[in-house]
Amino acid sequence: MSSVESLPLDRGTVARPAVSVALVGVSAGYDERPAISDVSVDFRRGRLTAVFGPNGGGKSTLLKVVAGLLKPWTGTVSVLGAAPGIEAHRVAYVPQAESVDWGFPVSAWDVAMMGRYPALGPLRRPGRADRDAVAEALELVGMSDHARTQIGSLSGGQRRRVFLARAIAAAPDLYLLDEPVTGVDATTQEDLLDILEAEAGRGRTVIATTHDLACAASRFQDVVAMNRTMVAQGPSSLVLDQDVLRRTYGGHLLVLGDRAILLDDAHHHDQAAGSEVHHHDNDTQRRP
Amino acid sequence: MLAPILDPLAFGFFVRALAASAIVGVVCSVVGCYMVLRGLAFMGDAISHSAFPGVVAAYLLKVPFYLGAVLAAVGTALLIGRISRRGGLRGDTVIGVLFAGMFALGVFLFSTIRNYVGDLFGFLFGEILGISPTDLITLAVLAAIVLAIVVVLWKELLYSTFDPLGAAASGLRVGLLDDLFLGLIALTIVVSLQAVGIILVVAMLVTPAATGQLLTQRFGRLMAMAATIGAVCPVVGLYLSFWLNTASGATIVLVETVLFLAVLVLGPRTGLLRPRPRTA
Repeated sequence: MSSVESLPLDRGTVARPAVSVALVGVSAGYDERPAISDVSVDFRRGRLTAVFGPNGGGKSTLLKVVAGLLKPWTGTVSVLGAAPGIEAHRVAYVPQAESVDWGFPVSAWDVAMMGRYPALGPLRRPGRADRDAVAEALELVGMSDHARTQIGSLSGGQRRRVFLARAIAAAPDLYLLDEPVTGVDATTQEDLLDILEAEAGRGRTVIATTHDLACAASRFQDVVAMNRTMVAQGPSSLVLDQDVLRRTYGGHLLVLGDRAILLDDAHHHDQAAGSEVHHHDNDTQRRP
Repeated sequence: MLAPILDPLAFGFFVRALAASAIVGVVCSVVGCYMVLRGLAFMGDAISHSAFPGVVAAYLLKVPFYLGAVLAAVGTALLIGRISRRGGLRGDTVIGVLFAGMFALGVFLFSTIRNYVGDLFGFLFGEILGISPTDLITLAVLAAIVLAIVVVLWKELLYSTFDPLGAAASGLRVGLLDDLFLGLIALTIVVSLQAVGIILVVAMLVTPAATGQLLTQRFGRLMAMAATIGAVCPVVGLYLSFWLNTASGATIVLVETVLFLAVLVLGPRTGLLRPRPRTA
């Protein structure tokens, strides 16, 4: 396994913003099986950071550890200056689309309003300020016209917009988004990333996992390459070279001249139960 | 003309039964809305059956049956939740094991009672017409406690039902809410035991919410509809059982089931008779 020290971290060329999320030597997983091992990584405020890597590479696991949903087995995690979960009211987490029951009897408005629930606390009903925040968030993601529509009646892209609205309505300092642009149309992808970029510009920390290497390279300021451990991190322009990609994707990367082609099957998602076995169904094409 | 409706009201036991079954209907359907959305219908069945050994034990120890039923039902509910979350076994497997095991314990204890006790059979199929004024007060207080908890925590329960990960990450105590909800189911079931009995109570929980789901896609309306159905059906069922001289608990459940089937067939959203879009 490659060590963190050998990597082109922070080459000292630019002043970097403050660290808001830091993991040191973190291992975590489900049941007995580790999904990530010895991960040390920083996320900075005001930056849009993509966590990318192969299926089963531990992207979602990393996000769950930061969200406080999964307790790390080893290592230390600092989120907004405290242990995970302590500053939860400043964190908005958007799960993968397939973990949501889309038949649930709630409208786009209801879902966005859930972003306000934790701050309201028990007993208090949503008031004027909450309704304003929800209306504003739905407007921002372009879903005002669909506010009364049942969430499952919306298209895949519209559902992602609504979940982003829920996060925005919570006014968090840290956005954690699991595959926010997977399976959405190009327009929605650009819109969502524009909004997230603007949120980062306001000093928020935005962390998103993605399968889409091209998207990570073109739209994210920082990237973290994950393959069960942290392979590389830093500004995308400095990190994304063939060496890092080869170590991230292993045999699933096909290099032709100066171009890299990913053979990893992006339609398989990380299993919640941590099925970390690689798909070797590409064996015949793996070596050029 | 109105005699068939007014005459039964001359009997104190019938009026008490009406009040009790309507209260039970409302509480069950409110809790049932969250239950169907959480996929816990089978869990409800398991909890109700696990109340049986508690009832028998309470009888043997000569303590109030509510106490035994609450302890056994809540204990089993929390145990199921705990074992399921530990991983290794699917939730429905754990439910299957404890469901049958606890009911067997109840039957076992019951069979140790030498002299025949008819009123324990009442807990299996309900004995609403035999409810005493004291029982009615106990039932009303327990029902009020359940409803109060739902009123205080409806937002948190809704969010943690819809998206447990998002809710937990934003600071809601989802594990605690899950346990609390299992406790609510158990309490609701105990409240309902006298009305419809252990075997049928799951219908009181699930059927009104299921009927509501056929009619609306908004949570607030779902709850209002389920509560209305839950209040009205027991009243209709009780009158029917009075006129036809049939078992009250079963008649109430049948009224709810018939309404569900009617909505399924005729309902505007899912009705089997609705015009289908033609496939080209």
